[in-house]
Amino acid sequence: MTHTATATTHPLPQIAEPRNPGTALDLDRVMRATANRSAIERRAATLPGRRSVKKAHQAAWLARAISCIDLTTLSGDDTAGRVARLCGKAKAPVRRDILEALDLPDLTVGAVCVYHDMIAPAVRHLDGSGIPVAAVSTGFPAGLSPFHLRLAEIGESVSAGASEIDIVISRRHVLTGDWQALYDEMRAFRQACGEAHVKAILATGELGTLRNVARASLVCMMAGADFIKTSTGKEGVNATLPVSLVMMRAIRDYHDWTGIRVGYKPAGGISKAKDAITYLALVKEELGDRWLRPDLFRFGASSLLGDIERQLEHHLTGAYSAAWRHALA
Amino acid sequence: MTVREIFETMDYGTAPESATDALAWIAGTGPRFGHFLGGAYREAGETFETRNPATGEVLAEITQGTAEDVEAAVAAARAAQPGWEGLGGKGRARVLYAIARLVQKHSRLFAVLESLEGGKPIRESRDIDIPLVARHFYHHAGLAQLFDTENAGRKAWGVCGQIVPWNFPLLMLAWKIAPALAAGNTVVLKPAEWTSLTALLFGDICRQAGLPEGVVNIVTGDGETGAALVASDIDKVAFTGSTDVGRKIREATAGRGLGLTLELGGKSPYIVFEDADLDSAVEGLVDAIWFNGGQVCCAGSRLLVQEGIAEAFHAKLKARMDKLRVGDPLDKSIDVGAIVDPEQLSRIRALVDGTDEGEIHRAACEIPEGCFYPPTLVTGLSQASRLMQEEIFGPVLVSTTFRTPSEAVQIANDTRYGLAASLWSENINTCLDIAPKIAAGVVWINGTNMFDAAAGFGGVRESGFGREGGPEGLEAYMRPLHRGDALEKAAAATGEATEPQSVDRTAKLYVGGKQARPDGGYARAVFDARGTLIGQAPIGNRKDVRNAVEAARGASGWAGATAHNRAQVIYYIGENLAARAEEFAARLDRMKGGTDGKREVETAVDRLFTWAAWADKFGGEVRSVPIRGTALAMREPVGVIGAICPDEAPLLGLVSVMAPAIAMGNRVVLVASEPHPLAATDFYQILDTSDLPGGVANILTGSHAELAPVLAAHMDVEAVWSFSSTDLSAEIERRAAGNLKRTWVNDGRGRDWFGPAGEDRAFLGHATEVKTVWVPWGA
Repeated sequence: MTHTATATTHPLPQIAEPRNPGTALDLDRVMRATANRSAIERRAATLPGRRSVKKAHQAAWLARAISCIDLTTLSGDDTAGRVARLCGKAKAPVRRDILEALDLPDLTVGAVCVYHDMIAPAVRHLDGSGIPVAAVSTGFPAGLSPFHLRLAEIGESVSAGASEIDIVISRRHVLTGDWQALYDEMRAFRQACGEAHVKAILATGELGTLRNVARASLVCMMAGADFIKTSTGKEGVNATLPVSLVMMRAIRDYHDWTGIRVGYKPAGGISKAKDAITYLALVKEELGDRWLRPDLFRFGASSLLGDIERQLEHHLTGAYSAAWRHALA
Repeated sequence: MTVREIFETMDYGTAPESATDALAWIAGTGPRFGHFLGGAYREAGETFETRNPATGEVLAEITQGTAEDVEAAVAAARAAQPGWEGLGGKGRARVLYAIARLVQKHSRLFAVLESLEGGKPIRESRDIDIPLVARHFYHHAGLAQLFDTENAGRKAWGVCGQIVPWNFPLLMLAWKIAPALAAGNTVVLKPAEWTSLTALLFGDICRQAGLPEGVVNIVTGDGETGAALVASDIDKVAFTGSTDVGRKIREATAGRGLGLTLELGGKSPYIVFEDADLDSAVEGLVDAIWFNGGQVCCAGSRLLVQEGIAEAFHAKLKARMDKLRVGDPLDKSIDVGAIVDPEQLSRIRALVDGTDEGEIHRAACEIPEGCFYPPTLVTGLSQASRLMQEEIFGPVLVSTTFRTPSEAVQIANDTRYGLAASLWSENINTCLDIAPKIAAGVVWINGTNMFDAAAGFGGVRESGFGREGGPEGLEAYMRPLHRGDALEKAAAATGEATEPQSVDRTAKLYVGGKQARPDGGYARAVFDARGTLIGQAPIGNRKDVRNAVEAARGASGWAGATAHNRAQVIYYIGENLAARAEEFAARLDRMKGGTDGKREVETAVDRLFTWAAWADKFGGEVRSVPIRGTALAMREPVGVIGAICPDEAPLLGLVSVMAPAIAMGNRVVLVASEPHPLAATDFYQILDTSDLPGGVANILTGSHAELAPVLAAHMDVEAVWSFSSTDLSAEIERRAAGNLKRTWVNDGRGRDWFGPAGEDRAFLGHATEVKTVWVPWGA
């Protein structure tokens, strides 16, 4: 490992690692990428049985999971008030007495993730906390609005104070094998982001095959994505372990090839503390410890935090907890 | 460590499974264990200690079974057998079902006990071994339920002596006991001396399930106890273990008319083609060679990587190895547990340390003190390296490269073993082309170490014979309901009178599609039933056997001919024989006396038609295994079969033996009826005119007693059958131990070649090996 992560719980991505500058589109490498679905599913199915963390380790891992959460609200009925509540939770994700007992008083989530119009209230409420605001963009979730508007949306969001932009790729480029178009689109998005970090949402539930996921992952990294992310949360199937395995292996290959660490964000459908631990174990196994930090790993989740809070209280008291004992997100 | 510290290090910590209940069971039922015999635990006799290999702690004392103990167990099993079989399939099914349920109910106790004593990670015993045990009993409860309707004409062998190894103590017990019981056998099982505890616990499960006393008996002890069991009055032996011991068992059981199945060693190839999903193939290796610390007979221990990707693949593999966790088998986050015994550990060390070839990579993971060995990769070996050839039976992977698919097959098959193989390629054409070409009983495509009760498991070559699982596994626990009558040695007619022929006809051997003079240059006078000389038959010797086998080996293209094509040739043989029916009938009557010749020729023609009919109807089955995908049970030809033909039906017997063998794609070396060889030497003229490729069927004449041992000992012959009236069964079975070839001998009993027994379905079974090809899929 060339880089030692700092002990801060919410480092801005650009502080810890050099950004991914991207590469030329290497179609040979893209076309060589493959994924055997059955074998990948077997690995994913057996992983939870192969790694188990207990007691203090479990509590620490769950705290680590919290530090990697992009606490998210992406609803049509979001308001400034709703976002204020979310930001409050982002800054104090777990009841104070619990955090003190764990000796992690400064624990926060990794980021808050909202639609463009909610950036301003989010930035306001998170001011001074160090917690970045991420905005979904580019005609999220379908990504089918005019291209120039999608680019413009990124610029608007960056101006509004978002330091992370979650873009959606055009699924049709993947489905028709037009890797050049995907590359060009991603390049343009990356450029539009400027200093803001860009997460490429592949919408894996709509890509048809794991091989497409592997290839789209590589193309987006070649085009300069800082993170690759599974889903918008709006597809029929969102983050899964097999998809995660494929994307992590693509990240590993890209790192072996370029020396650049690209981040990973599974999103949608991860709502249990136990699932979070399985994901962290998968990251540890496939990518290594360096990725177990918010600058390289995020959970896109809204209800996960609540389950983790209950588990942490149980860890301290030995009694199973209740949802109403913890603040709403 | 504090939560705050772990928050930074993100270590796994430990996740120990509690051994409390298992230790309580040992203390309560033992800790000095006697045999489980006649439905109860007996007083302990002279004992030895069994230890936890991870800690060296003594767990219990186990009784060393004596010959008397074995005798008592066999007697109990013998007494219980008629009642158990008489219960009927449906009655037996209820008990097997109850056993399956009870295994599930006590699954954690079994799993912990298994890991405590055997050193395998609790993850494996909990998630793989014990669920498969339950699955096996469920599946066989089903086979028992259907037994009476599906197995007409077959019955249980009687008492089975079963010996299982230490690497999968309970799973191998289940693989042996479940089919034995389903078919109505009773059992005396000897677990390995390092791992007796779960077998003893299983005794208690049998009692709870209401299994009648004496149906399952567990006798503990070491190899001597096993030898006593093999020597005892049993009807069938099933053994899983080393090839050396398997060979000894083959010798010890020779000529006793016993059923025998052997599941022995392996050096299974793990082939990675350049278009494989390399990350998945690397992960597959974790399950192939580091599953149970590589102490697995079918471990993918020989890595063959296509040259162009070898460097990249090895780099990925080494990185993966360094992440393996080696340690306390009861820790739930451990990948590789303890080596079963210090003795095994020193064996592995000696083998690896003894090599001065290749580059050794030992996983950079922490290795605890004690009976542990690091996951190891040896690259850059040549095919001639000792590590490439010998079974290491530890977490050691050896690797070499290949250039083309056909070279991969060549290297994969360059071994005495033939248990399993894994193929990794995203190209379905490559996979389905290579799978049938690998000499192995099990092939996994883009996967490894997949097992299920519905799919057969077992090997070819020196990996043994017989299958466990599926209908073919059940088959090994049944014998024909009716056995033939004792066969008297048929003597050749003698005489002195000569009958001058107008033109001398010289009978020869038939080798490689050509008539051949015998190597020795001797011939025997053949007389007809009235004592008149009717010809000279060549006396084949060992060199003629050698030549015939070589010709048969050379005709391997026959196995690749389409079944339709093989059928056409066999029909054509029948057609040509029918055209000369009168001549053949006259010759038969002349040789044997009587007037049965016409019927014999007609039946022979009919028989040819029967086996021609079967040629394209015995390709195998698809098995319902619990994956998205399927397991193909492919019926493959055995290879080169040496067959000592019946003496009493010189034409029909030869045809009845030859036709099913070649219909299934085998090549045969037929030793003709000893007293009446001329029917066979006439018959090769028929073969000559029937488009049968040279070498597919070779015919020798001469002394059965002289030729059979040569065939049985020949290392390039896959199977020997004998229907001779000479008492050869013991000799053949003993000599077959050399390369562990399959044998099918008559034990001195005859067969009605004219009746249904002459075209028994068993011929197809003996003419084929089941290769289980696992084909997972997923777009």
